[in-house]
Amino acid sequence: MQAKNLIYDGSFDGFLSAVFHVFELKLKHVTIQNQFENQNVLFSENENIVTEETKANRVWKGLKSRLSSLGRYQLYYAFLSEQPGIEDVLLDYIQYAFSKSNPIDKDYSHPSVLKLAQTAKMVGREKHRMEAFVRFRLTKDHIFFANIEPDFNVLPLIQKHFKRRYADQKWMIYDIKRHYGLFYDLEKVEIIDMDFPTNFDFTKTDSEYFSEQEFEFQKLWQDYFKATNIGSRKNMKLHIRHVPKRYWKYLSEKQPE
Amino acid sequence: MSFQRTQEKLKILADAAKYDVSCSSSGSNRFNTTKGLGDATGMGICHSYTEDGRCVSLLKILLTNYCIFDCAYCVTRKSNDIKRAAFKVQEVVDLTINFYRRNYIEGLFLSSGIFKSADYTMERLVAVAKKLRLEENFNGYIHLKSIPGASDELMREAGLYADRLSVNIEIPTESGLKKLAPDKKREDFIKPMVKVKNEIIQYKAEKKIIKSTPKYAPAGQSTQMIIGASGENDFQIMQTSNFFYKNYNLKRVYYSGYVPISYDNRLPQIGTAVPMLRENRLYQTDWLMRFYGFDVSEILNEQHQHLDLDIDPKLGWALRNLHEFPVDVNTADKRMLARIPGLGMKSVHKIINARRFRRLNWEHLKKIGVALNRAQYFIICDSNQFEKRDLTSEKIKGLILQNSTSKYRKSLSNQLSLFG
Ligand code: SF4
Repeated sequence: MQAKNLIYDGSFDGFLSAVFHVFELKLKHVTIQNQFENQNVLFSENENIVTEETKANRVWKGLKSRLSSLGRYQLYYAFLSEQPGIEDVLLDYIQYAFSKSNPIDKDYSHPSVLKLAQTAKMVGREKHRMEAFVRFRLTKDHIFFANIEPDFNVLPLIQKHFKRRYADQKWMIYDIKRHYGLFYDLEKVEIIDMDFPTNFDFTKTDSEYFSEQEFEFQKLWQDYFKATNIGSRKNMKLHIRHVPKRYWKYLSEKQPE
Repeated sequence: MSFQRTQEKLKILADAAKYDVSCSSSGSNRFNTTKGLGDATGMGICHSYTEDGRCVSLLKILLTNYCIFDCAYCVTRKSNDIKRAAFKVQEVVDLTINFYRRNYIEGLFLSSGIFKSADYTMERLVAVAKKLRLEENFNGYIHLKSIPGASDELMREAGLYADRLSVNIEIPTESGLKKLAPDKKREDFIKPMVKVKNEIIQYKAEKKIIKSTPKYAPAGQSTQMIIGASGENDFQIMQTSNFFYKNYNLKRVYYSGYVPISYDNRLPQIGTAVPMLRENRLYQTDWLMRFYGFDVSEILNEQHQHLDLDIDPKLGWALRNLHEFPVDVNTADKRMLARIPGLGMKSVHKIINARRFRRLNWEHLKKIGVALNRAQYFIICDSNQFEKRDLTSEKIKGLILQNSTSKYRKSLSNQLSLFG
């Protein structure tokens, strides 16, 4: 049988639609690829998958009876890693789950279960990092604005946290790597696209856009950050392990004065 | 808020507060149900880390560093020649709210030097917390210091607004306290601790009957001890720790390696290294006590009063108790798995889950994340390769040290050279 390479639109529903297709046609030699990642797979025939919510929901419902809730969220987290080839690990995991009558999500001696758990863990770590490292800056029109550049696509995962926490202020978190953001208008969170002025520098706080107060509080925070450090315990290795350098550029306390 | 004045005060009062390490923001359960600002549920977040590698999760400041006491180990002591400052209640509220809104912090950790009297000071700490909760509708984390000697009435009020209350016993033994802080008494620390403990118990009981009973210090109480200021050994420290855990239902005891700040000859001199490795060993012991099912006397006792610096306390225990090993990871119960060197509780749970599917061998254990360089001498698994030599404790220790690159190796050799 000819090997197949299924191409989906990059959404989670799209991926689940592809999985549906694999089960429906009982495909054996198959890979799944995001349309943006598409590389030709040797000796494979490409096939485009249409995203269909009903099919996606059927797969998800099936998984509900096969996996614990931990297993399902690990699956979703791993998906958001956007790692090349992760779809094939997810597919193998799903096939393994459907082949057994007991939940397999804790069978860490199975390679795909382990890989999925490890990937989910990385994504989870990035989610926590973003919950920690988002630095809101108050704009002139009273929106608390933050830009991020996470390693993985974690915006969908952090939405709930920020909505619950900052219920009484307007805020926006924008992923400048993936070109979309979340905006909370005191009622609901919306997914938004934004055009930024061409001279907009994400690492700087420009008085053209940000409120006057903003500069004072950034300064106070920087002072605080310095004063709370104990010089005789200095341990930069540990410091960098906790706050890897790639995150520094958007941290208010790490800005040059 | 005058920016410059606040800036000046913040520098002084954050600097003075930095030696208190009990700044966790976890363990509360305050939800944002009012569409107000913030919540304090579940694990606290470390929003940043200082250059010394410690978590920054709370705005940790003193309300004032004026103090009528003269505790030798404290920078804020009366006789110390330093700049003094005092925040107004509103300034602390503004800083907290504005830092919180920018996602810098999880909340406030407010302590204070004692000015005028214990009650006068405690009253102001409570006023900050009350304002944050009632006027600003703030649901973030608030940790207040209980001022030794504060009245029961104030402590009761404090718990209604704070998530956590703590009073630092600082010096692990009463004789040490007498020497370094002659005007302080153990009873003064214990009094607010007892009050808070009793209130927590009472509020919890009422909550079971009347749902609308307000929360009282939902993240409980903690305390801190300074390590290496007054000559106590590890056995004495952990006995005190155990005593406070058991008698006052403490959530945490913190151990803070003494940072020399004075030329007072009762104390280690300025320039003496902070005993960070020892501090780490004490924390490990604390964890073994709280999460690994160890009784403190198994690790420290009359015969064994010092923790090893070169190996962790669990490995130390295992080497003294070789008759308990090897343990078969495929059959052992949880209690015994937790006692194997090189296995954290996470690995223990993973093993228990994974072995229901198949018998585990070395490869599985490695993938699960077991530190085999330590564990291999203490376990058998689904493999006929295991340590068959009849090794002595000394020999095993030598083999393990040979193959480990301890992150403390450097500070260890520094500390050892002190005796060499
Ligand atoms: S009472 Fe507290 S602040 Fe005052 S000197 Fe003693 S430890 Fe320091």
